[in-house]
Amino acid sequence: MDEPVFSAPWHAQLFALTVHLSEAGHFSWSDWTQTFGAALKRHGLSKELDGGDDYFAAWLEALEVILKDVAGAEDIASLTDQWRRAYLNTPHGAPVRLAAD
Amino acid sequence: MPHDHDHDHHHAHAVLPSEPALRVKALETLLTEKGLVDPAALDAIIDTYQNKIGPKNGAEVVARAWADPAFKAALLADGTAAVSEMGFYGRQGEHVMVVENTPEVHNMVVCTLCSCYPWPLLGIPPAWYKSDAYRARAVREPREVLAEFGVTLLPTQKVRVWDSTAEMRYLVLPMRPEGTEGLSAEDLATLVSRDSMVGTGLAQGPAT
Repeated sequence: MDEPVFSAPWHAQLFALTVHLSEAGHFSWSDWTQTFGAALKRHGLSKELDGGDDYFAAWLEALEVILKDVAGAEDIASLTDQWRRAYLNTPHGAPVRLAAD
Repeated sequence: MPHDHDHDHHHAHAVLPSEPALRVKALETLLTEKGLVDPAALDAIIDTYQNKIGPKNGAEVVARAWADPAFKAALLADGTAAVSEMGFYGRQGEHVMVVENTPEVHNMVVCTLCSCYPWPLLGIPPAWYKSDAYRARAVREPREVLAEFGVTLLPTQKVRVWDSTAEMRYLVLPMRPEGTEGLSAEDLATLVSRDSMVGTGLAQGPAT
């Protein structure tokens, strides 16, 4: 019964990011639910989503769709790569930061 | 990605997050750089839902409705106003409708589109509420789903399923259990589970 509210930190980050952006007026919650519903439907075609990681994977895709004019796919891909390298280059136990370019 | 096989980097570097986790970080970095996101606001939202908002809020509403007939009437007439007055209002300005279980009707709530849920009253929905299985089956075969949750309905009870939207969220007002006369609203609230307010459970009588 006492399951964690978010089962992974990135679920919480993604949730907060979405709520924050909607509250700031970048999209209405109604538009969000439509976009997210469509993403869930696409993701649910090939397998039955269990409400965990796969649910938030659809959420992430929906957020990228709704932000496509603000956050370009190339920028996201490049920053994802920078974060990956930052983790691989940071000694275990030290805080991970993006290197200033 | 090719790796250098000469050195063992097991745990030499920080644990690499999953691909979606890295993408979320990338998105947050990008939006922060553009000045669209304030990381402190994100932390505040997470803290709120992780630590402050949860089914206790809804239980407080239900217990008050059980204990106070005037409040119950107001709650059923205009749920949004009644729960707002208690400090529970939606971030997205959605409306709350409270649906009452009776010996004739058992209510249950689903969101077939995504996972709309009365956050201010119940917090973040559990995984099962977000699963494809529940979202599809709650409408198609509610009695089977209820049976799997261990809910046995009275033979007289019909099931009514409410499909949540971005604009309208539902809270089930479960039936007050037998043997709870004279309990304070505080004690009553402990009998109200999250599932009983989604309609996949019943309020339990006091422990015997």
